[in-house]
Amino acid sequence: MPSITGVSSVDELRGPEGHGPLQSDRASTGQFGDRLFGGTARGAGLLVIALVTLVAVFLLSQALPSLAKDKVNFLTSTQWNVDGTPMQFGIANLLWVTMLSSATAMLIAVPLGVGVALFITQYAPTWLSRPAASLVDLLAAVPSIVYGLWGLQVLGSHMDGIQAALKGLFGWFPLFKDTGVGAASTILTVAVVLSIMVLPIVTALSREVFAQTPTSHTDAAWALGATRWEMIRATVLPFGKPGVISASMLGLGRALGETVAVTIILSALANNTPWSWSMFNGGETFASKIANNAAEFDSPRKAGAFMAAGLVLFLLTFVVNAIARVVIERTKAFVE
Amino acid sequence: MTTTDVASDSNLSSTKQWRPDSSLSHRSGVRALRNQLARIVMWTAFAIAMVPLAWILWSVASKGGQMLLDSRWWTNSQRGITNRVVGGGAVHAIQGTIIEALATALMAVPIGVMTAIYLVEYGRGRLAKVVSFTVDILTGIPSIVAALFIYAVWVTVFGLQRVAFAVCLALVLLMIPVVVRSTEEMLKLVPNELREAAYALGVPKWKTIVRVVLPTAFSGIVTGVLLGLARVMGETAPLLILGPYTKSIATDLFGGLMPTLPTMINQDRTEVLQPAVDRVWGAAATLILLILMLNIAGRIIARLGAPKT
Repeated sequence: MPSITGVSSVDELRGPEGHGPLQSDRASTGQFGDRLFGGTARGAGLLVIALVTLVAVFLLSQALPSLAKDKVNFLTSTQWNVDGTPMQFGIANLLWVTMLSSATAMLIAVPLGVGVALFITQYAPTWLSRPAASLVDLLAAVPSIVYGLWGLQVLGSHMDGIQAALKGLFGWFPLFKDTGVGAASTILTVAVVLSIMVLPIVTALSREVFAQTPTSHTDAAWALGATRWEMIRATVLPFGKPGVISASMLGLGRALGETVAVTIILSALANNTPWSWSMFNGGETFASKIANNAAEFDSPRKAGAFMAAGLVLFLLTFVVNAIARVVIERTKAFVE
Repeated sequence: MTTTDVASDSNLSSTKQWRPDSSLSHRSGVRALRNQLARIVMWTAFAIAMVPLAWILWSVASKGGQMLLDSRWWTNSQRGITNRVVGGGAVHAIQGTIIEALATALMAVPIGVMTAIYLVEYGRGRLAKVVSFTVDILTGIPSIVAALFIYAVWVTVFGLQRVAFAVCLALVLLMIPVVVRSTEEMLKLVPNELREAAYALGVPKWKTIVRVVLPTAFSGIVTGVLLGLARVMGETAPLLILGPYTKSIATDLFGGLMPTLPTMINQDRTEVLQPAVDRVWGAAATLILLILMLNIAGRIIARLGAPKT
C-alpha cells in the first residue's frame, strides 16, 4: 500500500553501502510529519505543565500585594475585613471549617467506600456486581449544586434528631457544643453531604485495587481453609491498602475544594462571631468564602485577599493529590 | 474476578461435605459468625450507599419532574417572568449550558488527546513523568481555584469583562485531565502488534498513530469526551465567579451574560415563592437528565466499541 505508507522509493534502489537511499529519502519516510506531529504532542504536554505552573504563579502574584498590606497574621487571625483601610484578614477560621468538614466526611466515606468496594468485588453475586458498580458511579454524576440543594432543603430537615442527640450526649465536649445554628446548615450536615459526594471516588479506586489482588494469594488463603472474611483480611485488604490510602487522598482533595454544595448549605457567620470548635457551628470554607464574595472582587486589592485564600486551597489540594499519586505509584511498581 | 471467587467459594462448601470429621475441617463457631457478620456488614454498606442516590433522584424527580412534562419548558425562556408567576421555560439555560460545554470541548479535546498521545506514544523519561504528574494535579484542582486563576488572568490582568468565554477557559482546565486520562487508557489498550505491523510496512510513526492507533481507540476517546462534558456541565463554581446569569436567551460567548442551568438554579435557590421553587427543581431535574444521558451514552459507546484485544 504505497499510498498509505508514503514510502515508494525505499525498495527501489540501494546505495553502494546498502542504506544510502534510506537516509537521503527524508520527505517520503515521513520524518517531517513525524517531527511535526511529535512536536505537537509534546507541545500539548508542555502546555499542561505550563497551565498548572501559571495557576500557582498568577494566584501568588495577585495575592502578594494584598498580603503585604494585611495588618494581622494571615495564618492565625480569625478576622476577615478586606473593606477597611487597614486590611485585616486571616484564614484560621476557614482552615478549621475546611479541615473539620472534610475530615468528618472522610471518617464516614472511607469505611463505607471500602465496604462497598469489598461488596462489589468479593460479595456481590456475579449478576449484581457490575450494575452495583455503575450505580455507585452514578453518585459522581450528580452535579454539586444539586447536592447542595438537596442537602439544605431535603436532608437538612432530617438532621435535627441526630444533632440533638449528639448535643445531648456529648454537649460538654467542645466539638459537639450547641451554637444555635439551624441543624440544616451546620458543618456536620456539610460533612454528611461531602461524604456522599466523595463516596464514588473512594469506591472506584478501592474497587480497582481489590480486584487486582493476585489469585495466587486468595487461592492460598482458600487452601488454608480460610473463611471469606479471613481470606479478605489476609490477602485483599493488605494488598489493597495503598490503593485505599490513595483513594482516600483523592477523595479528601475533592472534599477540601468542593464549593457550591458547601456554599449553599453552610450558613456564613458574621465577622465577629466568637471562635467555636463545634461541628454544629456555621462558618465558611476556603472555597465557600471565595464563592460567597465573588461580587466583591471589584478592586485588585480586595480580590488579592481572596486569591490568597485560593492559593492556600490550591496548595492544600496539591499536597493531598501529590501524596495520593506517590502512594499509588509505589503500588504499581509493586504489582508489576 | 467475581466468577473465580464464587467458584472457589462453592468448591469450599462442597469439600466441606465429604471431608472426614476431623478438627481441621471444622470451622469454629466464632470464625463462622465473624464471616457471617462481615457478609452482613458489606451488604449493609452497599445498601447505605444506595440510600442517598435513590433519595436524591427521588427528590429531584418528585419536585422538578412535573416541570419537564410541560412543553413550554423546552421552548420558552424566563424572559419577563417574575418569581410570582408560573410559566416560562429553561431553553435559554439549556442552550447556554450546551454552548459553553461545546466551546470548552473544542479547546480541551485537542489538547487532551494530544497530551495523551504524547504520554503513550512518545513520552519517555523525565518530561513524560512531569506531564503525567501535572495531569494528576490538574485532576484534583478545585473548580473554584481554576475559576480564580482565569479571573486573575482575564479580569485583573487583561481588564476584560466577565463573559461566557472566560467560563469556558476555566472549564477547559477541568476537562483536560478527564480527556487525557480516558484517552491514555484507551491508547494503552491498542495492541502493540497493530503498531508493529504498520511500522513493518514502512508507515511513518505519525501516520500509524493517526490512521491505526486513533481509529482503534476511537470509541473509548468518545466516551472520555462525553464523560468530560458531563463533568463540565455540572460545574457551578466558575459560573458564580465568571458567568453572570440572565433570564433571556443569549448565545454570544463574548457578549457578557449567558444563562446556564446551574446559574438558573443558583439564581432562585433561596426563593420561597412556589413558582420559583418549582423552577429551581425543574432546572435541577433537567441538568441531571442531561448529565445522565451523556453518562449513559458514554457507557454504551464504551461497551459497543471497546477495542478487541
